[in-house]
Amino acid sequence: MNISSIPILTIVTFLPLAGAVLIAALPRSAARPVALGTALLTWVVSLILLIGYLPRPDFQFVETLDWIPLFGIQYKLGIDGLSLILVVLTTTLMWVSILASFRPIQERIKEYMISFLILEVGMIGVFVALDTFLFYIFFEIVLVPMYLIIGIWGGANRIYATIKFVLYTLVGSLLMLVAILATAFAFQAQTGSWAGAFDLTVLRETRFDPGLQVFAFLAFFMAFAIKVPMFPFHTWLPDAHVEAPTAGSVLLAGVLLKLGGYGFIRYAVPFYPDAAQTFAPLIIVLSLIAIIYGAIVALVQPDLKKLVAYSSVSHMGFVTLGIFVFTEQGLQGAILQMVNHGLITGGLFLLVGVIYERTHDRTIARMGGLAGATPVYAAVFGFFVFASVGLPGLSGFVGEFLTLVGAFDFSPLVAAIATFVMILAAGYLLWMFQRVATGDLSDFLRGLGHHLTDMRPVEVLTLAPLAALVVALGLFPGLVLDLIGGSVGSVLDGAATAAPIRFALWP
Amino acid sequence: MFLAAAADEGAAEAAAADPIFNLLIPLIVLLPLLGFAVTAVIGRRLGKQAHWIPVGAVVASWAIAMVVCFTALTGGFGEEGRHVFLYEWIPAGSFSVDAGFLVDNLTAVLLIVVTTIGMLVHVYSIGYMAHDPGYWRFFAYLNLFMFSMLLLVMADSWLLVFAGWELVGLSSYLLIGFWYRKRSAALASKKAFIVNRVGDVGFALAIMAIWVNTGTLDIRESLRVLVEQGDANPIPLAVVALLVFAGAMGKSAQFPLHVWLPDAMEGPTPVSALIHAATMVNAGVYLVARANPLFAAAPSVLVVVAAIGIFTAILAASIAMTQTDIKRVLAYSTLSQLGYMFAALGSGAFTAAIFHLMTHGFFKGLLFLGSGSVIHAVHEEQDMRRMGGLARKIPSTYRTMLIGTIAISGIPPLAGFFSKDEILGEAFKLGFPWVWAIGLFVAILTAFYMFRLMGLTFWGESRVDPHVEPRIHESPRIMTIPLWILAVPSILLGIALSWPGPPLGPLFGSTEPGLLHHWLEPVFREANELLHHGEAEYQLFGIDGALIGASVAAAAIGGVVAWRLFGIAVGPLRGRSRPEQVRALSARAPFLYRASLNKWWFDELNDLLFIRIGGRVAAAMWWFDREIVDGTVNAIGSVTRGSGRGLSRVQTGRVQNYALGIAIGLLVMAGSYLLISGR
Repeated sequence: MNISSIPILTIVTFLPLAGAVLIAALPRSAARPVALGTALLTWVVSLILLIGYLPRPDFQFVETLDWIPLFGIQYKLGIDGLSLILVVLTTTLMWVSILASFRPIQERIKEYMISFLILEVGMIGVFVALDTFLFYIFFEIVLVPMYLIIGIWGGANRIYATIKFVLYTLVGSLLMLVAILATAFAFQAQTGSWAGAFDLTVLRETRFDPGLQVFAFLAFFMAFAIKVPMFPFHTWLPDAHVEAPTAGSVLLAGVLLKLGGYGFIRYAVPFYPDAAQTFAPLIIVLSLIAIIYGAIVALVQPDLKKLVAYSSVSHMGFVTLGIFVFTEQGLQGAILQMVNHGLITGGLFLLVGVIYERTHDRTIARMGGLAGATPVYAAVFGFFVFASVGLPGLSGFVGEFLTLVGAFDFSPLVAAIATFVMILAAGYLLWMFQRVATGDLSDFLRGLGHHLTDMRPVEVLTLAPLAALVVALGLFPGLVLDLIGGSVGSVLDGAATAAPIRFALWP
Repeated sequence: MFLAAAADEGAAEAAAADPIFNLLIPLIVLLPLLGFAVTAVIGRRLGKQAHWIPVGAVVASWAIAMVVCFTALTGGFGEEGRHVFLYEWIPAGSFSVDAGFLVDNLTAVLLIVVTTIGMLVHVYSIGYMAHDPGYWRFFAYLNLFMFSMLLLVMADSWLLVFAGWELVGLSSYLLIGFWYRKRSAALASKKAFIVNRVGDVGFALAIMAIWVNTGTLDIRESLRVLVEQGDANPIPLAVVALLVFAGAMGKSAQFPLHVWLPDAMEGPTPVSALIHAATMVNAGVYLVARANPLFAAAPSVLVVVAAIGIFTAILAASIAMTQTDIKRVLAYSTLSQLGYMFAALGSGAFTAAIFHLMTHGFFKGLLFLGSGSVIHAVHEEQDMRRMGGLARKIPSTYRTMLIGTIAISGIPPLAGFFSKDEILGEAFKLGFPWVWAIGLFVAILTAFYMFRLMGLTFWGESRVDPHVEPRIHESPRIMTIPLWILAVPSILLGIALSWPGPPLGPLFGSTEPGLLHHWLEPVFREANELLHHGEAEYQLFGIDGALIGASVAAAAIGGVVAWRLFGIAVGPLRGRSRPEQVRALSARAPFLYRASLNKWWFDELNDLLFIRIGGRVAAAMWWFDREIVDGTVNAIGSVTRGSGRGLSRVQTGRVQNYALGIAIGLLVMAGSYLLISGR
């Protein structure tokens, strides 16, 4: 049998669905092992993709089936380096998240695991879809399980948080659907044919007229800016993170936010390059605000999870900054930053979960002295804190620095403002670490007595792969950079021919 | 003659090509890293034996470094030094950064200081930290520091220097905060890291600017292109140089980023000796020296460097005069001496700066380790007001610290005299008489605060707590032997490195340059050419002799004043302390006294600016985020809900109606758009 005839992308996308069905059919006790097994199997398949992938700019493992031929809508999957690393990031964080949920989640475990596996279907689907309509479907599928995860297994204020999360995201994605349809209509009007009207590879070769570009870009922008989230559309994020269960936070920060960055790179910029150029200055300004403002607000957060959430706003600002300066280093840095943020912030959320499970509290003021009481926990926490600070040798540094180099090439002033966050990040992270880990054990923690245990082997096991990747990508960022070079090149080639639109053309 | 030269060249090439160095040079850096990794994993289980692996790693690293330094300094690697390529670290298209090492004479000189003092501090710590429950952790951190510092001085690209730069910041953070239960230690470690980061922003931007200007981050290559392009650089050279200097200011604690170093004394004393006196704080000096062609091509920035340096020197010396904590006096003294080094760099006397870096590294390392031995003897007491009369009780510590004091005060023939005198003399002759004048005054203060320290600690009546008094004891050999070893370079290094050049060489009819000048000449050649520094004839019985006389006189004045006030008991020199006069003098200049005692209120100023005002700003922003940004979102939500209630009659409960509504809505939106844009 020919290896290329195996629909491996379909397998990797829908394998979790099979696992979900299996869990639904089996008794409750089987939910945990089956979920973990499915996630690990999916992870292995994604690693096979990684091995089989050739570092070229084109899409590989492409599968095409007609779906709604009348409008040229296809079931079309394929990956390039950018999709590939995000798929691997997703499958890795997924098994880590499921493993991390074994103990904390005791209620409705079947439904919980099913939600996570369906979430994985949506997340992988988003990254492998090459058809805009299919992309939209996967984009929306993600919302449902996340809505349930926050709404059922979340904290006290979970209903408010989850409805806010869903409605906010839905506003953006519905606008995006309109833009997808409008683009297809425009394509049909331009070429007289529906063939390819939803096909990513066709659409990105098509140059639309400025009016449509501006309208559709803004619609896409809303969808992705909310997802990233960019200032001022970020306020759903702290609420959602605070209420979400630990594993939900890990995937929310680790993968869901990346949908926004991915969407910009894969759709908004290549489809509407002139509009992207037009709005780039605005987006750069918003990114700078997010970077600095997120860090300053993180400084004064009293809750560990909120602090990490605002630090996400700041870190994700680098992603949008890197994309919209339209330089090679900026875009590579942005992609690297997406991966690093997934690993590092994922790790930080897991660590907050570890302490929350023991204390049922995340208030920084009640912590203190964990370095003495739980030395392994403090050491691992310190490791991820410094990874988030951007210490060279760990992965966060390379992504941020490349983004900054790209930004400097675009404008030294922009880079100078963004670089300033080096101080603020050290400020909020080290202050937090000081209050949590140093000093004498706080009265609150002492009151827990023997419940305050150091990390269990399973918890170490969930964090170890993330830590290993953080070190590996810090020392050998080429592991990712070599894969994404082609994607970066094709995006920039498109952007290079674009020019800002003069608004006089607007009717 | 010709043949001999050719043979020499041949030997040099042989060494440069010898593949053994491809192994040896990385090993210097990687051995401590290995020691750190192993100790971090299994150190806890080794208990009191945990020092063997880290100390072994550092001793091995030192031994290899000596071989490499000897080869480099005898010309074995040629003038360009030896490159060792490891791998391509960041392959980001046109932005490509290699991980590799460069050993030239400047690196070799720093390697001597870093590995030697590093090794001695490791050995000393075996005794000093013997009873600490975090014994293994301490040695793990020390090894991590050695790795980072060696990476910093040996890296061949700016970004790798930056990596070492940040990693020494991390190890410094870990070691200052070593006693993490102490709140003051935790605060000090955080402060050190954050203040350093302010400078790091400058350094990071400098690296970006260098790349944008030259397209490479290789140190040699980028400097060559930068100077060659001159005014054609997209980012002006003066800006780049200023940004590099900003980084140097953070790490070397120059005003106004000096505030972290005194607080860093919260760490264990061996750390203060190694990191905050002898090695890490020199990183800024090294950086500017490394980038010397860049600074020489931007002479206006050199003036800034000189001004900040000499200002830090006098500011810190003025504070050191009244501090009562023995380690803080030494910390401010370090700031002041680093100020000298920057003054030298700014004056264009690069070799003099490195000379002082070396001698200061040894005698300040000695003084700090000595102070640790004192603190050990009086049972963790650091306040000199509760010391006194210790000379007879801890004789080894006393004698070695006296050597260190004489050395730092600039009294010939000890090491500090030669390097400090060269800085002052060069500053004067290179056209910076103001640097010379202030520097001379600082020399008076230096001798004063050091002999004050000696008087309060070792001479006169004992003021030690009566409970502690009978238990005062000399430190174990494992601690005193490193002190004696450090005493040797504190005495001899000045003569050794300046011979056969001035000031002693001409007395014996030599016209050769000194050893250090000979070593560093290729490194600083380009800068000297750019600055048009000629070879001025050395006039021992002219200007140079007069300058030496002034330096020695300054040291003598400071020392004598301190003896008169705080007492002395060295051989025939006897004097008792006069506390009433000290009080009278303090009362005569109340403002200056209080300013010195309160460190010119910089901590209070920073507290106001960054903690109070900064905190208010951050709190206001969070309020803005909750009430305005999120408030708008929620307001839109409730308006929608309100209108939803009004429109609830539309809700028929039939799914088909909804689907129809959605479809129509979408079609209307898409269609209306097409109509508009199709016009």
